[in-house]
Amino acid sequence: MSTAASSSGGGTREQGRSEFGVALFLGAVGLLVLVSALLLPESRISRGPVGPAAVPIVVAILLIVTAVFLAIDVARGGRGEPEGGEDIELGGGTDWRTVLMLAVAFIANALLIEPLGWVFSGAILFWGAAFALGSRHWVRDAVIAFVLSIGTWYVFALGLGIVMPPGILEGIL
Amino acid sequence: MDALSSLIDGFGTALTPTNLLFAFLGVLLGTAIGVLPGIGPAMTVALLLPLTRGLDVTTALIMFAGIYYGGMYGGSTTSILLNTPGESASVITALEGSKMARAGRASQALATAAIGSFVAGTLATLGLALLAPTVAELAIKVSPADMFAIMVLAFIAVTAVLGSSRVRGLASLGLGLAIGLIGIDKTSGQQRLTFGIPELADGIDIIVVAVGLFAVGEALWTAAHLRRRPVDVIPVGNPRMSRSDWGRSWKPWLRGTVIGFPFGAIPAGGAEIPTFLSYVTEKRLTKHPEEFGKGAIEGVAGPEATNNASAAGGMVPLLTLGIPTSATAAVMLAAIQGFGIQPGPRLLSSHPDLVWGLIASLFIGNTALLVLNLPLAPIWAKLLRIPRSYLYAGILFFASLGAYAANANVFDLFLLLIIGALGFMMRRYGLPLLPCIIAVILGPRAEEELRQALQISNGHVSGLLDPMSIVVFVIVALLLAWPIVRRLLPRRATESVLAEAAHEIEEAHEHTGLTTAVSVERHTERRAEVRVDRSDEPGAW
Repeated sequence: MSTAASSSGGGTREQGRSEFGVALFLGAVGLLVLVSALLLPESRISRGPVGPAAVPIVVAILLIVTAVFLAIDVARGGRGEPEGGEDIELGGGTDWRTVLMLAVAFIANALLIEPLGWVFSGAILFWGAAFALGSRHWVRDAVIAFVLSIGTWYVFALGLGIVMPPGILEGIL
Repeated sequence: MDALSSLIDGFGTALTPTNLLFAFLGVLLGTAIGVLPGIGPAMTVALLLPLTRGLDVTTALIMFAGIYYGGMYGGSTTSILLNTPGESASVITALEGSKMARAGRASQALATAAIGSFVAGTLATLGLALLAPTVAELAIKVSPADMFAIMVLAFIAVTAVLGSSRVRGLASLGLGLAIGLIGIDKTSGQQRLTFGIPELADGIDIIVVAVGLFAVGEALWTAAHLRRRPVDVIPVGNPRMSRSDWGRSWKPWLRGTVIGFPFGAIPAGGAEIPTFLSYVTEKRLTKHPEEFGKGAIEGVAGPEATNNASAAGGMVPLLTLGIPTSATAAVMLAAIQGFGIQPGPRLLSSHPDLVWGLIASLFIGNTALLVLNLPLAPIWAKLLRIPRSYLYAGILFFASLGAYAANANVFDLFLLLIIGALGFMMRRYGLPLLPCIIAVILGPRAEEELRQALQISNGHVSGLLDPMSIVVFVIVALLLAWPIVRRLLPRRATESVLAEAAHEIEEAHEHTGLTTAVSVERHTERRAEVRVDRSDEPGAW
């Protein structure tokens, strides 16, 4: 199978280089944790012999040491195996266009949820995500999106007592 | 028996009409969502987590028991009816299950999976009911030092045993621990890693972490590699089994229970290893060896029973120590913590109604699973045809809904995307998710135990060492040093058995490409390691 061959290989040259990025990321997080722990001011209400900085320092060291070992592993040719799944085909490269469009739909929801309300922002999220994933049934998608967003609004409000932001539909819903 | 009378009280709690309704609802929702391809049990539980915020504790946990079993059964339905395996725990079921389905025996495969799950789940829950009080009684005597040691063991066990690469497991663990540090330190009142952002002062809500890692991360990752051709779904009628199917199934069910339960109870990561062992066992013991690789019913019955038994086994450390052994259990623990209840050795004595209500509803959830899923199988099969654009759009929709509903805070939505991006990166570079989620949940508690232990000893490191914690730390050291230790030991018989089985699986799948030869081999290697590791560990915790 084509999927078998490509997923087991996993490491194209491109991934090989980018995997050093993971080590770099771990090291950076470790350094961040370390610095912020060392900068913690002396606590006045501290109880017990172990202060608030001790565990962060241990975690930071763990992260930095792991980053070094990961870099060594990658340099020796070790590769992380990308995760498979029912709907995943690892043959081609990463489809960044779809991912980016999904992120845009996601952020649109986050920005609009309070001014416009969940009914609209949620519908925009669903419609946008479906569009990003290749659906071109404009009207059907919109109908499903609004049924979902209105439906969940009522289920949460009536069934669970959690009121999602009504936004511009305040007083109508 | 004390346990039995408590259990009857538990049924009293669980059998009220409302709770019964929610148990059924949980099974229904759990199965429906678990059936959807790409959604594993952990994501099912994470996505449904916010629903329980509006319910009272007992009802919520009872619903979760249903979701837990439903989600798992849903996953095996997917792996039987689709030609591609989903999450690791159902890979083994897919081996024989999808072959049976393609040979026109899909309904028998689903039936033996459903009934086997019921039998194993019921027996294992009974085991849980009998074992939990004893373990909890022992656990109450455990000192903070011991508890800390046990948590370190849980971290190292999920890190070193699971996954192909230790260093990537450790990386995931470290990231999880770092996320767990964010927020105000309870003991000193200091803000850690909050960068002056007030929303971070209380730490990142565990719902946001779980939904971000499992739902948003998965949706983004799948979207980046979406299979554009239609999937091949095998049609199915009502599940039924002939006399000979029954005859060939009942022993694998019972053996699966025995294999699955203890594996679930130790923090070595879910159902993957025991289902594989069950498969190998059935293959050795079957009277129809020629059918293996072509759709042998034993190869579905055994692993499926094992899967469910290990799910129930996972409840033992969860309810008695507050330590999750699988991603799904970790998310359930988050649910319990969300109600302000601290899981741990005292849970059983401080909230007996809750614990026994939960155990009773595991029985009810199991029964509901059988009652609902046999007739509903054809409908579940239809769910597999849902257009992928709607499926993943829906995941993002419900993930955002849940994360916002938890705290009514827009900031959480941005965090959700960031953690989703982290989940994406982890999937791309083969960092396992389990160490990360376990570290987020257990990390803060481990720190608390550590500080308490050192407070008792007045800061002397010796306070961390007593007879029990020394034993636990030795096991940790062995697990960490295993690659070196293994070279000094003679090869054991189990390894060759497993290697041979892996070779057979490989051969069987060369024609179908169901799973990659390389990944099976890799799985086996590490299973062989695990098998040997087990002999060093005490089974009690």
